[in-house]
Amino acid sequence: MSTAVKKPGFLAERANYLDERVGVAGILKEFGRKVFPDHWSFMLGEVALYSFLVLLLSGTFLTFFFQPAMTPVIYDGAFGPLKGAEMSVAYESTLNISFEVRGGLLMRQVHHWSALLFVAAAGLHMLRVFFTGAFRKPREMNWIVGVVLFVLGMAGGFTGYSLPDDLLSGNGLRIIDGMIKGVPIAGSYISSLLFGGEYPGTAIVARLYGLHILLIPALILVFIVVHLFMVVIHKHTHYSGPGRKDTNVVGYPLMPVYVAKAGGFFFIVFGVIMLVAATITINPVWNYGSYDPSPVSAGTQPDWYIGWADGALRLAPSHLETYWFGYTWSWNILLPIIVLLVFLVLVGAYPFIEKWVTGDEREHHVLDRPRNAPTRTAIGAAGVTFYAVLWAGAATDLLATNFRLSLNQVLTTMQILLIVAPFIAFFVTKRICLSLQRKDQAIVLHGRETGRIVRMPHGEYIEVHEPLDKYEMWKLVDFKDYKPTLARPNAEGKITVSARLRAAVSRFYFEDRIAPVTAGELAAAHSHGHEEHAAIEAPKAEKAPAKKAAAKKPAAKKASAKK
Amino acid sequence: MSNQGKSVAKASAEHVYDSGLAVIPADAIKDPGLEPHRVRMTDKSEKHEKAAVRQVAALFILSFLGSAFAIYAYYAFPIVEDLGSVRNNTLFLGLGITLGLLGIGIGAVHWAKTLMPDAEVSEERHQARSSEADRAAAIEIIKLADQESGFSRRKLIRRSLYTALAAFPIPAIFLFADLGKDQTEHLRHTMWKSGTKLVKDPTGVPIKASDVTIGSVFHVIPEGLNEKEDKLEEKAKAAVLLVRLDPADLKEDPARKGWSYDGIVAYSKICTHVGCPVALYEQHTHHLLCPCHQSTFDVTEHCKVVFGPASRPLPQLPITVDKDGYLIAQSDFTEPVGPSFWERNN
Amino acid sequence: MAFMKRTGGRNKLAAVMVIAAGLLVTGGGYAVATTVANPGQSAEYTQAQIEEGKKLFAANCASCHGKNAEGTGNAPSLIGVGAASVDFQVGTGRMPGQASGPQMYKKDVQFTQEQIDALAAYVASLAPGPAVPEAQYLETNGNTTRGGELFRINCAMCHNAVGAGGALTEGKFAPALTGVESKHIYEAMLTGPQNMPVFNDANLTPQDKKDIISYLKFVEKNPSAGGYELANLGPVVEGLFAWVFALGGIIAITIWLGAKSN
Repeated sequence: MSTAVKKPGFLAERANYLDERVGVAGILKEFGRKVFPDHWSFMLGEVALYSFLVLLLSGTFLTFFFQPAMTPVIYDGAFGPLKGAEMSVAYESTLNISFEVRGGLLMRQVHHWSALLFVAAAGLHMLRVFFTGAFRKPREMNWIVGVVLFVLGMAGGFTGYSLPDDLLSGNGLRIIDGMIKGVPIAGSYISSLLFGGEYPGTAIVARLYGLHILLIPALILVFIVVHLFMVVIHKHTHYSGPGRKDTNVVGYPLMPVYVAKAGGFFFIVFGVIMLVAATITINPVWNYGSYDPSPVSAGTQPDWYIGWADGALRLAPSHLETYWFGYTWSWNILLPIIVLLVFLVLVGAYPFIEKWVTGDEREHHVLDRPRNAPTRTAIGAAGVTFYAVLWAGAATDLLATNFRLSLNQVLTTMQILLIVAPFIAFFVTKRICLSLQRKDQAIVLHGRETGRIVRMPHGEYIEVHEPLDKYEMWKLVDFKDYKPTLARPNAEGKITVSARLRAAVSRFYFEDRIAPVTAGELAAAHSHGHEEHAAIEAPKAEKAPAKKAAAKKPAAKKASAKK
Repeated sequence: MSNQGKSVAKASAEHVYDSGLAVIPADAIKDPGLEPHRVRMTDKSEKHEKAAVRQVAALFILSFLGSAFAIYAYYAFPIVEDLGSVRNNTLFLGLGITLGLLGIGIGAVHWAKTLMPDAEVSEERHQARSSEADRAAAIEIIKLADQESGFSRRKLIRRSLYTALAAFPIPAIFLFADLGKDQTEHLRHTMWKSGTKLVKDPTGVPIKASDVTIGSVFHVIPEGLNEKEDKLEEKAKAAVLLVRLDPADLKEDPARKGWSYDGIVAYSKICTHVGCPVALYEQHTHHLLCPCHQSTFDVTEHCKVVFGPASRPLPQLPITVDKDGYLIAQSDFTEPVGPSFWERNN
Repeated sequence: MAFMKRTGGRNKLAAVMVIAAGLLVTGGGYAVATTVANPGQSAEYTQAQIEEGKKLFAANCASCHGKNAEGTGNAPSLIGVGAASVDFQVGTGRMPGQASGPQMYKKDVQFTQEQIDALAAYVASLAPGPAVPEAQYLETNGNTTRGGELFRINCAMCHNAVGAGGALTEGKFAPALTGVESKHIYEAMLTGPQNMPVFNDANLTPQDKKDIISYLKFVEKNPSAGGYELANLGPVVEGLFAWVFALGGIIAITIWLGAKSN
């Protein structure tokens, strides 16, 4: 420890100072050699975190120049095609950041690109967590925190998108206003409160600014702290592999390896954002002009993370509005909102649903390979497909023009796909997973195909299989296996509805089940394998028929729910 | 645990959880333990190690040069009255900073990968659940706190506290009331009145009926809008699209027969879906398309919805001409324009 | 073409008279006068040009538009569409059309400018219609601020805020305006090709049109200050770029980062 050095140098003295006041040595001892597993997919969350840091840095720079006011002014800046135009102070200051401040446009682009990247990385991170089952006990709460962060990311993005008060963002706000007005009972009140009276009013930019630079980032920061705190408590998950268990964590120590890698990675993420911002235009607000409620530009779309909401609005069928009890029920708005909310709630609730089905109370720290949880993976694929169709729905016009299709047909196709495609995705994914599991099983039992064909003296051709080493094999057999349950009577001897439901859902999950190869099965296969090997060396004519039977040993177990 | 067949070997301090529907085979294949460490070139050969050291240092130096270039670019590419200068400023400043960042990042990672130890280590995990003794102690503390405060015992205090806690956030809700005027009345009216001239958006030039030839479309605002204090709010409701069709193409409702003038019809430009300006007019199909969500309206049939998520036709503005031949409104819209709202009541 | 030079008199009665005159001249047919002559347009054609145009028309256009341009079931009448319409349709290669569909595409131009002028002369001789614009309105020194505002209000909903194009119903689309000659932009506004509405000189004055063209040319000539434009298609393309290239690139780096050094 630094305090133990005899003649303390400058650093040692500082360290001593800190340790005597806050006990840093103890903290360092506790965390300095903490182990983090290494895998590329574990860095997606880091990408989101670092993008957020870049957002804070670039956003702070922008606040020094941006003025969130809607007071009308006449523009007299550098951009020719707006000279003399009337616009709001907010839009003028955005143009000034872009055209008068050195590095201003760069920072605007850094900010916007990192916003897109923040939500994208968070989304991909969520998918990684979902498909590897990292949300299982004890991490369910952290999954919820993550979902909240994703929603906060969307909120942060949307409030920022609306600040420049240009035509594009103004039309975006108008759509939000239209959606709010469609909300039963309180809709028109909320709209009027939000906009300070009539749309568009003169208050909205300043109000969104407050949310965008204070409340939302503060909440994101708090949730990130909670998120990371739980990561420290739980320690990171790891992929299955030799020596990796639910009771340990295998990886590199925080100091020095992880500090160097993760620290370096921050600079890399920042660097990539900077590179993109330096070379690629994003949100050229000067092209859209100042907000005016009359014009609109073709291709009026939100940023990607709001796209699925815009797609949901587009895909609602015509004539859904009803008049009940003297009031207007705008189902063409409510239905999409309900769909989005239900989707988010299902995403948040998934860990609890799966735990209810498996009844597995154990802690899980070894990740699943997606193929080894076929139903979960298939559900995930269905969810991704549903989201993707909504997302693509927001780009119907661009799909139509760029692929020379009919806009109307594209929209109708999307409506059908929204319902049909998730089912297709489910079945296809599940079958693929099961096939991959079978393939793994065959490899474990019979070894890897070598492509080397050997001709037996009696004329038969066989392919030589190379047996796996024990480490490789472990990766293919180390996964958790569940089987369906029956509805059992409870203590009072009654079979409850919940028990029946759980039995049905467990069948849905685990009916098609491929269990890990056991030592017994392996030994059985090996004995055949040895015979085979022997057969190549010293062929015996009478052994040939027996080998064929061994080669297609049925591995899949169709689990029976009856016990 | 389970499939590694080690649950027996576990320390007794760890809680044994129910494994639910999990299948734990008796003869599972055994975990072979950590793989042997594979030695890197940089560990084996001094030449490689030195090369790696040089590479890392070179990357850090490159980073330094990038940052220095960024400062140079800040001055060397100033912003002048030319958009190209903004582009150059953004590009070169950005590339300099990029180099500064990537040099550090890639250098640090390369250092970690090639020169820092790469043997993986294993660390024990512990269950999140506290030990039985700790749990018992925690319960003891809560019980003691309850006893000392009398929280369970003193019903009066407890209930009055609940009441107070339930009430204290309510004033905050009231605080939001002044955010805006609570009314829906403004949603029902626009600037249009009997006799308001239809003028071109944004120039404010009045329009003669004879100017509107077949196939043309005029974007229209009410006369005097540009002089209004709250012109954006008024424009958000009053924007109108003016189209002339061959009267033979119009399928007019007899009740609205007098609302058009010689094939010239005026409709609200604000979509009845969520309020985007519906402005894409196709002169041969007579369809109006909203670019935001693709609701399509048929101008020949009072802008009824023919496609897309909208429910209601666009409201029609009754128009006529004054004595000089200029188009004027007969009245305001007869229904609220724009998106539906709860109190709209058809 | 005496009445084509008439300047004022843009009232209804005059329009009716013009139509009537047109009908008389062509000896029948049906014409919808989309506009009347006005100061932004001028073109005088010689009799030789008209004769040449008539021959070209018979050889290249008559199969669809009819021997006397009276229109058939496959194509509209061209009586009264004016020289501007011919110059636009043929000059951008949209005509002669190849196949029927939701919309005629821009193709390689099939005729020389002299031939196009002759065709325009012939069609203009059938009935009065909008003529090819004068050069002074095609210069790009107009007021870009005004042009931008007019463009956003009248054009951007279909063609996008910087003229990148956009979708219409049933497979139709508003084409991108980059690389389109000023003359053709002017003529399109004046004549309303295909489903585009007509913006006659009462709606957008020749000066308005000039301002719009100036704005479009400004945008075309000045590359985006922020770097590569991503086709100016807005947030959808930006989102795709962020996912595919920014996040994709970073993932490629994470794979390098997570891989063991050898």
